[in-house]
Amino acid sequence: MTQALAYSVFGIILFGIGLFGVLAIAHVVKKILAINICGVGVFMVFIANASSGASPDFVPHAMVLTGIVVAVAGTALALSLACRINALEKLEDDA
Amino acid sequence: MPLFDMSTLLPLLVAIPLAGAIVSVLLSTKYVQVLTGLLTATSLLLVMGLILGGLSFNGTGETIAVRYSLAGWAAPLGIALSLDGFSALLITLTVFLVAVLTLYSAFYFAASPARERFWPLWWLLVAGIIALFLSADIFNIYVTLEIIGLAAVALVALSGNKAGLTAALRYLLVGLLGSLCYLLAVALLYHAYGTLDFSQLAERVESNPLSWAALALITVGLVLKTALVPLHFWLPHAHGCAPAPISAILSALVVKASFYLLVRFWMEILTPAVTNDALMLLGVLGGMAIVWGCVQALRAKRLKLMVAYSTVAQIGYLFLLFPLLMSTDGVSASQLAIQHQSALAAVSYFIVAHACAKAAMFIAAGNIIHSLGHDDIARLQGMAKYMPLSLFTFAIAGGSLIGLPPSAGFIAKWLLLNVAIDTQQWWWVLIILAGGLMAALAIFRVLDLAFIKPEQACEQSTPDNWQKVPVAMPISGLALALCTMALGFNADLIIDLVAIGGGE
Repeated sequence: MTQALAYSVFGIILFGIGLFGVLAIAHVVKKILAINICGVGVFMVFIANASSGASPDFVPHAMVLTGIVVAVAGTALALSLACRINALEKLEDDA
Repeated sequence: MPLFDMSTLLPLLVAIPLAGAIVSVLLSTKYVQVLTGLLTATSLLLVMGLILGGLSFNGTGETIAVRYSLAGWAAPLGIALSLDGFSALLITLTVFLVAVLTLYSAFYFAASPARERFWPLWWLLVAGIIALFLSADIFNIYVTLEIIGLAAVALVALSGNKAGLTAALRYLLVGLLGSLCYLLAVALLYHAYGTLDFSQLAERVESNPLSWAALALITVGLVLKTALVPLHFWLPHAHGCAPAPISAILSALVVKASFYLLVRFWMEILTPAVTNDALMLLGVLGGMAIVWGCVQALRAKRLKLMVAYSTVAQIGYLFLLFPLLMSTDGVSASQLAIQHQSALAAVSYFIVAHACAKAAMFIAAGNIIHSLGHDDIARLQGMAKYMPLSLFTFAIAGGSLIGLPPSAGFIAKWLLLNVAIDTQQWWWVLIILAGGLMAALAIFRVLDLAFIKPEQACEQSTPDNWQKVPVAMPISGLALALCTMALGFNADLIIDLVAIGGGE
């Protein structure tokens, strides 16, 4: 097994772990973390691809960079929604 | 020869709404935002009109797709935009619906504090949808999917109440998961074939386990985003809790965007990996969606939730496209191409018919909520007297969803039935007809209540707690509903447009 293939396989395993987390865990923050683990798995597959040729391919790197930006934006939106829901729940409890 | 190179207009379709979004962020006073909105919508209509004119100008005899390489960089490194008949139809539909809904939103959000956040997100969403239809690069598609996803989630969250926020969060998680499945498939495809461009990929794809895995991941991801049963669980609440113009665009266009990609991948790009069994599976899920969506729509207690469940059923019809593409032994390649083209025409027609009807229905439901402050179906007794236009809109759009002639919904079902019979798959005919019957039950249940005389109605529907809506709001819904009727008389327009650049 080459190094690139090993990284790809590990990336897919990470993706699976994340997938399981999103589906099986009820806790919202843990769900958001699981989505991020999923994303990291996909990024690893990309990076492993980039090194599989003779010279490193820069296109997957650019794609991972874009993917990270998207992941940060998505995580931020999810966390702010979770915070807002939490605040509303507290208000309900107080009332 | 056309006067100018039409392909240079393609980037404008994305740039105009993006500019609209930026202006709406920077200058957030009410009138500037509304003015920007109207300007953006008008210029989009203008540009799309020019492009359509150019397409039909080119389209004499020779039917071609238009391509534009961003910044002059050709594939495989650069990102290409391309426009063929199918995407031209969907972009025209988008631009038209957005223009009507922009007008509607200007009134809907006039007094609402959510207005400031609505306009930038609205134009961002529109830019994402148009960019998705134009893009010919599988990674760029991922980016547009995320732009659509994030903007749509933020728009659902505009309602600000707990139910809306929870629905938005669930929608976001589902959307991110769907995109990541898609992105993993992109990684596999790039690894195997070394390109991201649609046409180059289509040339190189072979039928091997890697392509199957990529197709499976893309399908799971996009089916999740399109909300096909059994992955539809997030849709009813996300679409039901959002403000009306947002529900309208989500049901009319956003779910269609991911469906459009599925069609592209199954019919054009990854065709070698497609098997008859897989096509059948998607069809069976579609059939289940029709039945399940209709049953839930019948049981819904709130009007918007009912309309949202009817979207679940209508998505089922779209997926009947796939089994109708099946190739059987003894069918020649040219016959198969004709079969594909007629199935695609039927489904395109369905998309347009459903988009107009569903947007009109959500507008009608939005007007009812705007005036009454609620949308409990049981408390709508006698409303036809107070809101005749909105209920008329609801009735016409409902007729199109049921598939009553002469509406566009009727033609769409007719075309679908024809293909089903031509390919000797009669069992879909039963499902299509049963779905129409059940949709009729759900819609007549509402109309029946609405037309009960107010004397028999409960006191809460008296005009005491009833607010008049600006007349432009019911009118814009009615305009869309009448469009579904007009399309019923002009079926050729759409069918000819879809044929451009297709059929290879």
